[in-house]
Amino acid sequence: MATLNLKINGKTHTVDVEEDTPLLWVLRDHLGLVGTKYSCGIAQCGACTVHLNGEAIFSCSMPVSSVGSDEVTTIEGLSEEGDHPVQQAWEEIDVAQCGYCQAGQIMNAAAFLKKNPSPSMDEIENAMNRNLCRCGTYHKIREAVAKAAKI
Amino acid sequence: MATLTKTNRRDFLKIAGTTAGGLFIGFNWLGCDSPKMEVLSDEQVLSQAKNFNAYLSIAPSGDIVIYSPNPELGQNIKTSFPMVVAEELDADWKKVRVLQANLDTEKFDRQLTGGSGAMPHSWERLRKAGATARYLLVAAAANEWAVPAEEITTSEGMIFHKGSGKEASYGDMAIAASMIEAPEDVVLKDKKDFKIIGTPVKNVDSRAIYTGKPLYGLDFYREGMMHAMVQRPPFGMKIKSVDDTAAKAVNGVSQVVTFDNSVAVIGNSTWPLMKAKKLLKVEYEPDGMVESTSDHDRIFREMLDSGKAEERRRDGNVDMAFKNAAQVVTAEYQCPFLSHSPMEPMNFFAHVKENSAELIGPTQTPDRAASSAAEILGIPKENITVEITRLGGGFGRRLRADYADEAVKISKLINAPVKVTWSREDDLTGGAYRPAVRYRFEAALDSDGNMIGYKLKGAGINAGNSTRQNNFPSGAVDNVLIESIDHQSPITTNAWRAPITNFLAYAEQSFLDEVAMAAKKDPVEFRLALLEKAKANPVGGELGYDADRMIGVIKTAAEKSNWGKNPNVSQGFSVYFSHRTYVAQVADIEMENGAPVLKKITAATDCGMVINPTGANHQVRGGIVDGMGHAMYGNLTFENGLPTQKNFDKYRLIRMKEVPQIDVHYVDSGFDPTGLGEPALPPTGGAVANAIYKATERRLRTQPFIEQKEFEDLNLVIKRS
Ligand code: FES
Ligand code: FES
Repeated sequence: MATLNLKINGKTHTVDVEEDTPLLWVLRDHLGLVGTKYSCGIAQCGACTVHLNGEAIFSCSMPVSSVGSDEVTTIEGLSEEGDHPVQQAWEEIDVAQCGYCQAGQIMNAAAFLKKNPSPSMDEIENAMNRNLCRCGTYHKIREAVAKAAKI
Repeated sequence: MATLTKTNRRDFLKIAGTTAGGLFIGFNWLGCDSPKMEVLSDEQVLSQAKNFNAYLSIAPSGDIVIYSPNPELGQNIKTSFPMVVAEELDADWKKVRVLQANLDTEKFDRQLTGGSGAMPHSWERLRKAGATARYLLVAAAANEWAVPAEEITTSEGMIFHKGSGKEASYGDMAIAASMIEAPEDVVLKDKKDFKIIGTPVKNVDSRAIYTGKPLYGLDFYREGMMHAMVQRPPFGMKIKSVDDTAAKAVNGVSQVVTFDNSVAVIGNSTWPLMKAKKLLKVEYEPDGMVESTSDHDRIFREMLDSGKAEERRRDGNVDMAFKNAAQVVTAEYQCPFLSHSPMEPMNFFAHVKENSAELIGPTQTPDRAASSAAEILGIPKENITVEITRLGGGFGRRLRADYADEAVKISKLINAPVKVTWSREDDLTGGAYRPAVRYRFEAALDSDGNMIGYKLKGAGINAGNSTRQNNFPSGAVDNVLIESIDHQSPITTNAWRAPITNFLAYAEQSFLDEVAMAAKKDPVEFRLALLEKAKANPVGGELGYDADRMIGVIKTAAEKSNWGKNPNVSQGFSVYFSHRTYVAQVADIEMENGAPVLKKITAATDCGMVINPTGANHQVRGGIVDGMGHAMYGNLTFENGLPTQKNFDKYRLIRMKEVPQIDVHYVDSGFDPTGLGEPALPPTGGAVANAIYKATERRLRTQPFIEQKEFEDLNLVIKRS
């Protein structure tokens, strides 16, 4: 067991957990931040995507001990009012079906657009291809990322 | 004043004397001749919202709460049901709040999600619920203003009387309206007056989804709740011995229990359980048959060659037709098992108490979960509550109660509230798959290329009847024989989005393409001619489908896709009727630098009236992506009773860059709405396979395509423009 101070969504949280616990399960089971989803646990689907110092990472495959003093941002902390351009675009385009994958999609899109604020469709697809959506909302995701780039 | 007669006491309930009241109209989905009514305070409306099912409420503030009884798994029912109620109510949609109802078998009928059946089942009931409330509000205003009800109009939650210039909001009239008895019959709107239905209304849970609010079963946590994960046996095996020493030693694991044929690790959070489960040493031994995919290949052949199939339909004289045929076409098509793999793995919360139980989780059939729990616990079903969370997909997997049962059993064993979580590996290996099926088709053609005989034999593994004997082309061919045969396997199967037809449609529509080619006919003309024949002279009596509606979608798809107009485009056609809805699809392939490029799928759908175009497009496109993904990539194989593919690294799901452009069109047939959760999926595989054949002369008869030798050096590219 280790006592860790994690910087999450602009606040410091202290947790007592085994060092090998993936960040995902610390967020969900220990901190009640359940917006970050579990689906595969092996870095294949992107449902668990969060930002680590602004980079999109798979939180299911990141041991909490390696987070250190890096800043973690989850869907709950992406914007204060839920109005990050990507969230706005998602709402505008009405992207979700079941919605389970969408927090991960949004977090990936937000990190991507920060790096590439005016992407081509090909670039959008290359960036978003790592996130699975079992409901098949891919057409709307492309559209929403392109839209968010214009907000 | 509006006088009301003949109110059925059984369906009518009124609690008078409440001062700060609201109007509650129940949709009694069961009978729905006349609605229930209760008066409740605003506080009750808001604070006790969870306790009242089946009600549409209008608070004095003008706020409207509509409960949606059916589980929401992405089919958008939680938005489209209330839209129908609000339409007839003439509500201001901005003031409508939608809440998910818990299981209540008294108030709701068919509280489940499956078979694309919710909308056709409830359409009439929902309209009546809204129209009845509107009627009462108008009657209340007529009383108060002493004017005839017929002179009153409503719009967006407001009531108007033109003559006197009076107006009021629904909130103003809610209490007075609640004192009036509900009529037995109400007049419904003319469809042309619809203002909400037919418009793109946004998903009512959007904001919660996009801000990461707890909505799904897996997001449910309660103080003091334990977590559990379960080790289940391979199919056909039973536990021989369990060594849990190492598992118990994991920090965070409190207990290991064995029940039925499973071992559960219990603890206070998920991760220790994932570790502990890997450390369990469970030895298994055969308990009857233990099967592998190689066995199934042999079993399919034996079944198809055996004379033992069950006859499902016979028309005319099939033997004679084949004897007289100028040409006979035969082909076999096969599909593997598939996992449903919703993005949210199975999970359920249960708290079993002395003589009751509380269940919370993602289920397509809350009633089944309750019945099953009642049976396991030996307590009355009325003592079991089921709260339905949002479902992170279902695809048929959550029609079963097995994962809720586990939570019930474990909660009872450990005497504590518990949430059972399945890992992705558990989800893929835990059973209830789309059955593997192999079909043998035979067609007899006369010298003019007319299909005079048609035979289909379906062999399935736990598939039940793997045919749909009354579907097209039955009714259009004089001599027909349809049979099925099934192998009982320990590998569990279950309805999977568009059960049976998810593969049968592909096989049949590909085979009809083969027949059209052999007859040297255009695939669209070939189908249309058969349908005209079925219309003029239906073989075997009444048709199992509406030939005109099928012709309608075929023609629309052909027109919208420019069928046959562009010599540079190789097109594949497919059409299917399932779950009361007709869908035709055309896939377009163009050759670029010597490689076939799949560019577009055009779909024409007749689902009657479209309630929410956004939701409808979602279901059509989503169904096509699903149909294409599984036809291309989906494969679950077995080795000694255990799936080989245990996670998404091996079990391949379609990704963004693997979908083509999808154009969606609707045929306005004037019918009442039917469901869309499934019907767009079945035709897709056939359209794609037929286009691939057209472009490359390679016929894909086995799924998944990417694992077939015909596909190997095809170099298929998929693009979106
Ligand atoms: S849960 Fe982390 S990538 Fe799938
Ligand atoms: S919306 Fe259901 S998995 Fe993406």
